[in-house]
Amino acid sequence: MKKLIATIMFALSYLAVSPSFANKTLESVKSKDALACGVHPGLAGFGMVDSSGKWAGFDVDFCRAVAAATLGSADKVRYVPLTAPQRFTALQSGEIDLLSRNTTWTMSRDTQLGLAFGAITFYDGQGFMLPKRLKVNSVRQLKGATICIQSGTTTERNLADYFRANKIAYKPVVFDDLKTLLTAYSEGRCAVFTTDASGLAAVRANDMKVPDDHVILPEIISKEPLGPAVRRGDEDWLKLMTWVHFAMLNAEELGITSANVDAKRADPNPEVQRLLGQAGQDFGRAIGLDAAWAYRIIKQVGNYGEVFDRHLGPKTSLKLERGPNALWLNGGLQYAPPIR
Amino acid sequence: MWSQPRLRGLLWQALLLVLLISILVVIGVNLNANMASRGVTFGFDFLFTPAGFDISEHVIPYSADRPYWQALLVGLMNTFKVSFLGILMATTLGLFLAMGSLSVNPLMAWLSKGYVELIRNVPLLLQLFFWYLLLTTMLPDPQTPLSLLPGLFLSKNGLQFPWFSGENFPALSIPEMGFFGLTGGGSLSPEFLALLFGLGIYTSAFIAEVIRAGILSVARGQTEAATALGLTRWQQLRWVILPQALRLIIPPMTNQFLNLTKNSSLAVAIGYPELVSVSTTTLNQTGRAVEAILILMMVYLTLSLLTSLVMHRFEAATREKGF
Repeated sequence: MKKLIATIMFALSYLAVSPSFANKTLESVKSKDALACGVHPGLAGFGMVDSSGKWAGFDVDFCRAVAAATLGSADKVRYVPLTAPQRFTALQSGEIDLLSRNTTWTMSRDTQLGLAFGAITFYDGQGFMLPKRLKVNSVRQLKGATICIQSGTTTERNLADYFRANKIAYKPVVFDDLKTLLTAYSEGRCAVFTTDASGLAAVRANDMKVPDDHVILPEIISKEPLGPAVRRGDEDWLKLMTWVHFAMLNAEELGITSANVDAKRADPNPEVQRLLGQAGQDFGRAIGLDAAWAYRIIKQVGNYGEVFDRHLGPKTSLKLERGPNALWLNGGLQYAPPIR
Repeated sequence: MWSQPRLRGLLWQALLLVLLISILVVIGVNLNANMASRGVTFGFDFLFTPAGFDISEHVIPYSADRPYWQALLVGLMNTFKVSFLGILMATTLGLFLAMGSLSVNPLMAWLSKGYVELIRNVPLLLQLFFWYLLLTTMLPDPQTPLSLLPGLFLSKNGLQFPWFSGENFPALSIPEMGFFGLTGGGSLSPEFLALLFGLGIYTSAFIAEVIRAGILSVARGQTEAATALGLTRWQQLRWVILPQALRLIIPPMTNQFLNLTKNSSLAVAIGYPELVSVSTTTLNQTGRAVEAILILMMVYLTLSLLTSLVMHRFEAATREKGF
């Protein structure tokens, strides 16, 4: 009910007289000296409050990177935890400046909702998890299964499409809240839980009593390119967001990390100089920032690979491989246009 | 003109109407301008595009290729189903509880009062979680269902029973064992059962108090007169007390029925696909937040007004008899 009321309040904010947001986000962020960033209220690895009470995660680090570039400090972020159904209205209504909440980039979202996507920070796909004891090893064996889904995601439609195309009957149970869903799954109310494969890995590692009792099926039934989104109508802000991601990718490609970025400032390689704003190269000005914008991102947050390894990689509880999120040089899909 | 109260009243009402309409127009214009300035489209055309998601429980035929308005209708029907059965359950239970708390038997009175105090002082959402967790934890796995009667099974899949299926030639279908438990036949899901119990039991506590107050409001002389006539306790209740109490009971009872219907929207927390749940999915898939919320508010408003209307009629009918 509280969530419903919040959604209504966001929707009602359209009723208020308010100034246009066009081309003003950067100025308003600077004048508030804080970036309002919409994040997941609790998904391990992506966005969650850690044991010391600080927000941490892959998506959270993107907020921090944007704050470092625009405000000089990665800590100048005001986090707004949002449920899946709330997130777009929160962005449309101006409640947040940036949405970084494992959100799938789809055509309808990009064109009809007053949002704009620019970068794909994580290539994901929808998968299935179920208890190992059921000895199922393919989605094709799921005939008649009860499947738990969280509402407000793209998964409901993918599931319906895939199962209908393959003529497999199933029963969906849709929950508003991830915690209730996970309890229902743990108690055996539904045999299967479906969401993005990264989400399954996060849940298996952090919310299951014995992670090894659960198996994630090999089939990935959809494309889920996840990325941050901003309001439409502010192209400068969209460019800034997109280039923050590209800067982090280029940094990884050039071998610049948070540890060696200071030393790299003296690197004569022109690509490095352009990225770090050395030798009179100021690419930051064109996006409303200064020459050291990318230096601050790398220094305070790290390059793309560092962020991935810190929250999702093999050394974390999620144990995700880079897979499609590896750099193009290593056969992955992460490819950034050059800074020049 | 000012000397005529009737005309004056009409004028005031007209003024109020103009004011209301202008407020609505200002809101509408603002809404439109704000949404347009942010590149958000407004319209209800999405209702006629395919919904693309499945709903496990539906009273009317439904599949993922049907349009959104049908999905919402399925949700509305599910709201109706649980509200109607919930009202029946709450009223019956409430009546017995009211009788119990007025009983001369102290144990009975104490138990009924304890029930009422316990139930109405615990938030409904918690009670729904309680019932849902109880059902999902306690019930046997779908692969090993509990057979209550031949053909009637209880498991984590819910209550499953033989039922007619097939769209053209309805035939009796009996639940059969598959890999993930029983399939075929009809079923009531644990989500539905938890919601029904939760709503029914919660509201019954309030209804019990409404009925008790109604009965106590009937003058003591009435009972004494009925006793003097030699009526039994049941006859007194049926023919003397309840008809008089009803006039006082119905208005607050209407409130309880309305509350139950509106409270059914809490089902979204435990996964029962009623109207709010389907609207949430619709809202997210289409991103039409304003439209979805408008539809939701209109539906609940209509539903509440209809219930009020029916209860007003009923109230008028009982009043006309006169006492």
